[in-house]
Amino acid sequence: MKNKITYILLSISVLLMIIGVLQGEFLEVMQKAIIICLSCMGIG
Amino acid sequence: MRRKLIQIISTLAANPAFISLYRKEIYQGNLKSICVPILNCHACPLAVGACPIGSLQNILISVRASFAITQYHIGLYVIGFLGVVGSFVGKMPCGWLCPFGFLQEIFYKIPSPKISIHRAMPLLKYAFLLIMVIVLPILIVDELGYGQTWFCKFICPAGTLEAGFPLIVLIEDLRSQIGLLFSWKVGLLVIFLIWMIVSKRPFCRVVCPLGATFSLFNKVSLFRMVVDKDKCIECDMCYKNCPTGVKVYEDTNNPDCIRCLNCVKTCKYGALSFRFVKSKKLEQ
Repeated sequence: MKNKITYILLSISVLLMIIGVLQGEFLEVMQKAIIICLSCMGIG
Repeated sequence: MRRKLIQIISTLAANPAFISLYRKEIYQGNLKSICVPILNCHACPLAVGACPIGSLQNILISVRASFAITQYHIGLYVIGFLGVVGSFVGKMPCGWLCPFGFLQEIFYKIPSPKISIHRAMPLLKYAFLLIMVIVLPILIVDELGYGQTWFCKFICPAGTLEAGFPLIVLIEDLRSQIGLLFSWKVGLLVIFLIWMIVSKRPFCRVVCPLGATFSLFNKVSLFRMVVDKDKCIECDMCYKNCPTGVKVYEDTNNPDCIRCLNCVKTCKYGALSFRFVKSKKLEQ
């Protein structure tokens, strides 16, 4: 039973990741990660 | 010794952009589109990957604006990434790869009176994950529909240490912008550093939202700890050597277990082992 849950979770996760990549979310991740967000660090 | 070496290599692998120190900026290459399975602030000048918790918040703060322009970015890429890592190894990256976890283990080696963490306190990390990382960034927004990265901004000591301090040292103009909020974050960092000396991995166990996410997978991940009850005499050697204070024979694959395998190494009776699930034998 546990194994089934694991494989279902893994499959859903892979699917979500693929959908996210196809939607271009990785570009949004990069855009946010390459700027220095001062307020995110508690500065400013 | 082998784990320490891997922790050092992982810290360097996640933060190899030493050229940024010379350029006085942060790394801005394409690798920043890839999440790393550790709490490593992507605003650190040396970091080349994206912190999944920072990235998730950054997507969630603009989720309303994203819907307004029919983009529908709700963090599926990051959530899927966390699910893939968790499904394979659960909380193992915390024990082998995370630089902030490594720092906590180093600090705990400083001789001092030691204090155990109350068994209810680890539940707090789920509240941090739910409230500071998910709910508040989505719900509390400005007039333009953008929220704030609540966990990064008000809590994350890894960000203060890895990004805040280095950037203030590198970029002079930032020094004039230091205010009450940064003082709060420095104070919080100092509290965590002191806590690390007296307790085993306090940030991981009580606060870390990334560890909280991975811990949800510990019971069902493909990688699992196995206890042979016939061989175990409950001598507590595993408990004494566990960096998160888990009694693995009482609760195998406890959500706080970081799969460091110290217990397997220290068990003289061969009662502890680990396996990647593939046979029915493991389910017994």
